[in-house]
Amino acid sequence: MSTKSIDLTLEIWRQKDSKSKGDFEKYSLENISTGMSFLEMLDVLNENLTGRGLDPVAFDHDCREGICGMCGAVINGIAHGPEPETTLCQLHMRHFNDGDILVIEPFRSRAFPIHKDLITDRSALDRIIQAGGYVSVNTGGTPDGNAIPIPSATAESAMDAAACIGCGACVASCPNGAAMLFTGAKISQLSLLPQGQPERKERAMAMVTTMDKEGFGNCTNERECEAVCPKRVSIANIARMNREFVKAALLG
Amino acid sequence: MELKPNVPEGPLAEKWDKHRFSSKLVNPANRRKHKIIVVGTGLAGASASATLAEQGYEVSTFCIQDSPRRAHSIAAQGGINAAKNYQNDGDSVQRLFYDTIKGGDFRSREANVYRLAQVSNNIIDQCVAQGVPFAREYGGTLANRSFGGAQVSRTFYARGQTGQQLLLGAYSALSRQIKAGNVSIHSRQEMMELVLVDGKARGIVTRNVITGKLETHAADAIILATGGYGNAYFLSTNAMASNVTAAWRAHKKGAGFANPCFVQIHPTCIPVHGSFQSKLTLMSESLRNDGRVWVPATPGDTRKPASIPEEERDYYLESKYPSFGNLVPRDVASRNAKEQCDAGKGVGTTNLAVYLDFADAIHRDGKETILKKYGNLFQMYEKITDSNPLYEPMMIYPAVHYTMGGLWVDYNLMTTIPGLFAIGECNFSDHGANRLGASALMQGLADGYFIIGTSIANYIGSTSLEEVSGDEPAFSDATCGVKDRIKALLNSSEGGPEGKLSVDEIHKELGLLLWDYCGMARNQEGLEKALSLLPQIQEKFWSRVYIPGTGDELNQSLERAGRLADFLEFAEIMILDALDREESCGCHLREESQTDENEAKRDDANFSHVAVWEYQGKGARPHLHREKLTFENVTPSQRSYK
Repeated sequence: MSTKSIDLTLEIWRQKDSKSKGDFEKYSLENISTGMSFLEMLDVLNENLTGRGLDPVAFDHDCREGICGMCGAVINGIAHGPEPETTLCQLHMRHFNDGDILVIEPFRSRAFPIHKDLITDRSALDRIIQAGGYVSVNTGGTPDGNAIPIPSATAESAMDAAACIGCGACVASCPNGAAMLFTGAKISQLSLLPQGQPERKERAMAMVTTMDKEGFGNCTNERECEAVCPKRVSIANIARMNREFVKAALLG
Repeated sequence: MELKPNVPEGPLAEKWDKHRFSSKLVNPANRRKHKIIVVGTGLAGASASATLAEQGYEVSTFCIQDSPRRAHSIAAQGGINAAKNYQNDGDSVQRLFYDTIKGGDFRSREANVYRLAQVSNNIIDQCVAQGVPFAREYGGTLANRSFGGAQVSRTFYARGQTGQQLLLGAYSALSRQIKAGNVSIHSRQEMMELVLVDGKARGIVTRNVITGKLETHAADAIILATGGYGNAYFLSTNAMASNVTAAWRAHKKGAGFANPCFVQIHPTCIPVHGSFQSKLTLMSESLRNDGRVWVPATPGDTRKPASIPEEERDYYLESKYPSFGNLVPRDVASRNAKEQCDAGKGVGTTNLAVYLDFADAIHRDGKETILKKYGNLFQMYEKITDSNPLYEPMMIYPAVHYTMGGLWVDYNLMTTIPGLFAIGECNFSDHGANRLGASALMQGLADGYFIIGTSIANYIGSTSLEEVSGDEPAFSDATCGVKDRIKALLNSSEGGPEGKLSVDEIHKELGLLLWDYCGMARNQEGLEKALSLLPQIQEKFWSRVYIPGTGDELNQSLERAGRLADFLEFAEIMILDALDREESCGCHLREESQTDENEAKRDDANFSHVAVWEYQGKGARPHLHREKLTFENVTPSQRSYK
């Protein structure tokens, strides 16, 4: 674990609140240990700004181990930064060089209004799940867990889709601001599993319709979403979602 | 304060059935007239919200994050226990009960733990029905793995993301109820105060963290599912926003706080690497199945691990505990790592780490076998540390992980305040002095899906509840109190940052104090020292903390300051509790209470009780109550892992 120190120039999007106009501000930061995570580097910047009586940069974060999906920003044009399959909190400063200029901005999308600085409102994703991202079972009265055998490979494919952490990087990186990787992942998980069959059609219709209504765009096969996804959710899930939707729409 | 555990009479196995039968019910048509507030959306909060809404209550649910799906239950890796006995290896409700109560070193309530084991099987059925993608055998049945503290395979899992998948299951059930209009969800809201009317919990004051606006919400019952207090130590495996505020507000309004000194310190975490460190990351304890723990035999040996010959290494767990070796329980492994580092044999740049070496396992089983078992963990370790455990031993060190203590609750999970319930990690009820792996998820979901519904119906059905609108003076008084508090927090910031300290600087100081004197090993002298140093940190906070900005906007420094102010008060009962418990049990090692072989020594004659603290007002010493623990179905034994 050999670490060294690097100096950085940061250009960070600063925006007071949802109504204000924002702009980039430049900060220089010296002696950043390469052992730090990206968010720890922002912590250092914020301690520094606070000590100078300036407003620290607001950013979302929570678990800091890459699973809660709360953190995220675009670093030099790439959602969650340059390392593949990595959330911002798991991105370490050793992937940057002394003298680097880092442009840091929030996840931008029509459906993600900015609250402040790097903090956005991603509640549209919750509303897509509310539209049908579930199996309608109440608590209690469910059959024994082993009553429905599920092939291991099916469970694994469902798990691949279910691994989505709902961070919204897919939306931020898509030129169309589409939430199809997110929505496709949930539709796939439930359409692959026997538990999801009874509501399969209604689910696909409701979730896709809600996605459109929330202001997300459409997929044009750019594959940017897949490239930045911290959990390697595949665009095969988008294809599956499209099939589910077409079947539901045409066959009713 | 009176502690009435309300444990039903009768044989252990029949208590829960009897209790459900004798509990009051609420007619389905009447349920919609009753409003329930749930604070927190982890496994316990999300499952309780969904279940109560399905039953017909009007539910208001609050979470601090932007979405209910982000609660820290999401980070649990290993799995969830249940007594299904699918492996036909001798498991039963009785055995899960026994393992859990023994793992807790006989400091939990028999009836609660037995009920937990009873409902464990329903949880698996429920989660499968929701579409949780549990691991499967090739024949399509559910797979199990084994876990620490048990000799049967009863742990269900979804890769290393079991917490995530279970939480997303509960979140989906919650989302369905939100869509149906049965739950109103209030995200990015922090609970600032509990409101009592006629001695009953009837509402909360929250702060919208985006706008800074204070809101009041009234209800017939309030459920806290707000997690643990591990972040008192600043560094822990908890998420950054995890805090004690909701529980502490309740405590100051009369809810007893039980066993606050019971904090689990997990042995296999990635070591601290610098003063900028913001949180610690856990590596699954399954690694100890194949990794060998060692340190250089000579203190101050700074050679690279590969240059240290076999005979100059100290495999201290294997030599000290020949029968369990590297697989001793969490608390024993943690304490021994600390002991080695204290003796100057720690490794790494900070000397606060020990090696976990896979070289022998790789030599024995081959690289591929080891990677198949631990590949994802090796990758995670490499991502953080830039070192590959295939070629260099891992470095690990213990970190604060889970808090067994919490709000005292009776068999109904109700606190000492009528109408205020606590579920999940927020309460103290099931894990005694030490929690076994894969039991936290089980407890959160047991409380939320299968227990709280009975309790709420019983409470509402047996209590006369006047209508409360939220316009009562109690609500405006509470709101004024919150406003005053925010003003007080910002008070020292006038005049700028000159000569001031940031919130984190003071939090780190508190964390170090607790870690040094109320951490893995405790003694009277150290605890008394901590108690005498604590007021200085509190004073420093209130007079010198600098918080930029105001209370009427999104202000993350202010949020952290409010939580730290509560941790600073809470720390006192942690230390007092550790001081009062002059025995060692589970995670709590009092150096004065050890066997001749330096192992933890329990004192059942004097400490077979739950310690419950009652708030006595500012500056007054809190009062200690004791709930005596009686064991009618198990015989407490002294643990030995030699």
